[in-house]
Amino acid sequence: MQTHQYDVVIVGAGGAGMRAALEASGRARTAVISKLYPTRSHTGAAQGGMCAALANVEEDNWEWHTFDTVKGGDYLVDQDAAEVMAKEAIDAVLDLEHMGLPFNRTPEGKIDQRRFGGHTRNHGEAAVRRACYAADRTGHMILQTLYQNCVKQNVEFYNEFYVLDLIVDHDLSAGHVPEGEEVNATGVVAYDLATGEIHVFQAKSIVFATGGAGKIFKTTSNAHTLTGDGMALALRRGFPLEDMEFFQFHPTGLAGLGILLSEAARGEGAILRNSEGERFMERYAPTIKDLAPRDIVARSMANEVREGRGCGPNKDYVLLDLTHLEPAHIDAKLPDITEFARTYLGVEPYTEPVPVYPTAHYAMGGIPTNIQAEVLRNDQDVVKGLYAAGECACVSVHGSNRLGTNSLLDINVFGKRAGRAAAEYALTAEFHDLPEDPTARVVAELEAMRSRPDGERVADLRKALQETMDRNAQVFRTGESLTEALDDVRALQKRYRNVSVQDKGRMFNTDLLEALELGFLLDIAEVTVVAALNRKESRGGHFREDFPKRDDVNYMKHTMIYRRPLAQEGEAAEVFDGSDEYFSHSEEFDDYQVVLGSKPVTVTRYQPMERKY
Amino acid sequence: MTALADRPAATDAEPKAGAIPSFDVTLRIRRYLPESSHGTESYWDEFTVTVHGTDRVLDALHQIKWDHDGSLTFRRSCAHGVCGSDAMRINGRNRLACKTLLKDVNPDKPITIEPIKGLPVVKDLVVDMEPFFASYREIMPFLVTDGHTPTKERLQSAEDRARFDDTTKCILCAACTSSCPVFWNDGQYFGPAAIVNAHRFIFDSRDEGAAQRLEILNDKEGVWRCRTTFNCTEACPRGIEVTKAIQEVKRAMITRAF
Repeated sequence: MQTHQYDVVIVGAGGAGMRAALEASGRARTAVISKLYPTRSHTGAAQGGMCAALANVEEDNWEWHTFDTVKGGDYLVDQDAAEVMAKEAIDAVLDLEHMGLPFNRTPEGKIDQRRFGGHTRNHGEAAVRRACYAADRTGHMILQTLYQNCVKQNVEFYNEFYVLDLIVDHDLSAGHVPEGEEVNATGVVAYDLATGEIHVFQAKSIVFATGGAGKIFKTTSNAHTLTGDGMALALRRGFPLEDMEFFQFHPTGLAGLGILLSEAARGEGAILRNSEGERFMERYAPTIKDLAPRDIVARSMANEVREGRGCGPNKDYVLLDLTHLEPAHIDAKLPDITEFARTYLGVEPYTEPVPVYPTAHYAMGGIPTNIQAEVLRNDQDVVKGLYAAGECACVSVHGSNRLGTNSLLDINVFGKRAGRAAAEYALTAEFHDLPEDPTARVVAELEAMRSRPDGERVADLRKALQETMDRNAQVFRTGESLTEALDDVRALQKRYRNVSVQDKGRMFNTDLLEALELGFLLDIAEVTVVAALNRKESRGGHFREDFPKRDDVNYMKHTMIYRRPLAQEGEAAEVFDGSDEYFSHSEEFDDYQVVLGSKPVTVTRYQPMERKY
Repeated sequence: MTALADRPAATDAEPKAGAIPSFDVTLRIRRYLPESSHGTESYWDEFTVTVHGTDRVLDALHQIKWDHDGSLTFRRSCAHGVCGSDAMRINGRNRLACKTLLKDVNPDKPITIEPIKGLPVVKDLVVDMEPFFASYREIMPFLVTDGHTPTKERLQSAEDRARFDDTTKCILCAACTSSCPVFWNDGQYFGPAAIVNAHRFIFDSRDEGAAQRLEILNDKEGVWRCRTTFNCTEACPRGIEVTKAIQEVKRAMITRAF
């Protein structure tokens, strides 16, 4: 075991983690721990753009952007956070330009902007050009630019180190925190993939920027490595996760594969068509049609397929038509995604429409934070020294449905805030003592998996999980389908306890890591389904066929979901919001229970309205 | 990971209408498992799996790892050619496993899979990437500017932006550098990827660090080692004209025009 001490430890080297590192490393001694080489992070797969009301090509302002974000999120957005994001978007884009990001340019040499789903002029009048972009590889450019600047600033990286535990001075998953006591995050335990050695990082501040959990689903745009690690670690230590039932299904995944084709295609004029050749979005969103927010487009597509107007031999996808666009325009604005269609489906987008179907894309929920990026341990108190930003966090700027481009914005705005806040706190704080053997839990788990001679195979369990989630918790959900998913997840959790790996070695044991990642996935799927079962309404990305309407009276609240010990005999279970009958659900598992609570939505300017486009 | 249809069972005699036919493919993989009984000797291992018309080499590797041999080790993440994790030698050519369809690499014969060359092998297809990234870091891969930062964006014409567009596409997968015979023989050579990333800044109209970068690349291990074999251009999974970029850097060094 090796031990390290840093003022700030950042976990994750995608956009949010590196943006945080650029802020923190100039102020305090900082290390970034990443399970991948930084440039491998999935920020690099983002395509379309990053919105900011620069008004470079037409009239725009941050207040319209705030409104679109709130409405796009079906009013579950915390409006103070959305306002921060839309205001700071402008500097976030300029920061990146100053760091060297090669944005596409207008004829005058300014940053060019294009249309994107749900982004409108004057509160929904028409689509507005707000997305700053670099061809259809904006995320790639952001990731490269941030890494380049980390190289410039000599940021210290621990690459291919997997964080497997979060050390806290009160284990909330084991019980209550005595009144008046603070909870402090004190370090992390990491596994060095190259050697198999365990490292302990003691830190004054820790920033989680660990990304999403798309691999709970089978059809997903997410990388193999997006397994919800940070979210699951927070949950296991007894911290809540917020709004986990809201998962975004991106409308245009390559059919059958899930590889993302950017919304920028529709921003540049591409049209969705059904088997009759009809531009069906005209029926679902008469004003902005194909540029409606993703939840609406994804549902409309799934509905077309259900009603028999799907395309192909199995009538199980719709078509994205770019054939009316000039090939030169496609090459200039959408080169990568058209190449994906050629490489993976053998389809030539100049002349043939591309088969597409919704693909699991983005977790709106995550580790709850306030607008300073401090992690919450309940609906109001913060964990001292713990911060989160990016997809693993829920601040909540995306509410129940994220608008396209707002994730690249989120990582830059809240990554910067998290890095700055973490460093400033570290400069005033002292190190806290670590427990006697901080690695005990991790070592026991690793050794059990490695030494179990024969047991369940990781691939079988993961496949079963992904299949039940696709079947039962995708675009359309019902109480029945979700119950089935929960039963399946429970059964898989049991089988997981007997998981074993074939590779018993120490060096570069990816077999072992996949087993650990599966554990994270199961935990995330479990709370996703429990939260989805509890929310008996339809809002944004969460659509319940048995409760198809939004219910602001009972559900205009954030879900907070916790892991707690089973109630002992004669002892009442810990209850959150006991007065709130709609968020008083709990599910008992074999050795813990999952308990629901809620958190109010912050409303500043915009009262909920019916969401029409 | 199937396209457009569920994977039919391998035993299906008659594929259903619209289903994509499956076929068997053999992968001949260069193994290196220093902790195993093989010690530090590398060896060939063969696996035959049933795959689909649209499956990629990565799908076959996953099938082997997940269903046959959990110790088979390789890096991968995004699985669609943008993260740069899974560059490897496939039938003797550097490619990304996630971007190479099995049907396109003559699946009638065993497909050979080896780690990329010129970097120390750690385990199976995993190599030590540190020397590669060290070269990258040396060429100052970041925008260098003098004077104060403007309050708004720096202006750049669309033409000036287009000047270095090709080299911004680099994903640092090392396919080019590890295809270069000069790099195989001399690991000190900066290699194509580092030069591509220097090019990306040298020809950026906003940058003022070109002279310093050219000084670094004028080193005996710099651009002059390039023998213009075009292996790098052929290897680049992003279609970057790598050799051309290296030539442009050489020319800039002589003419000091950039």
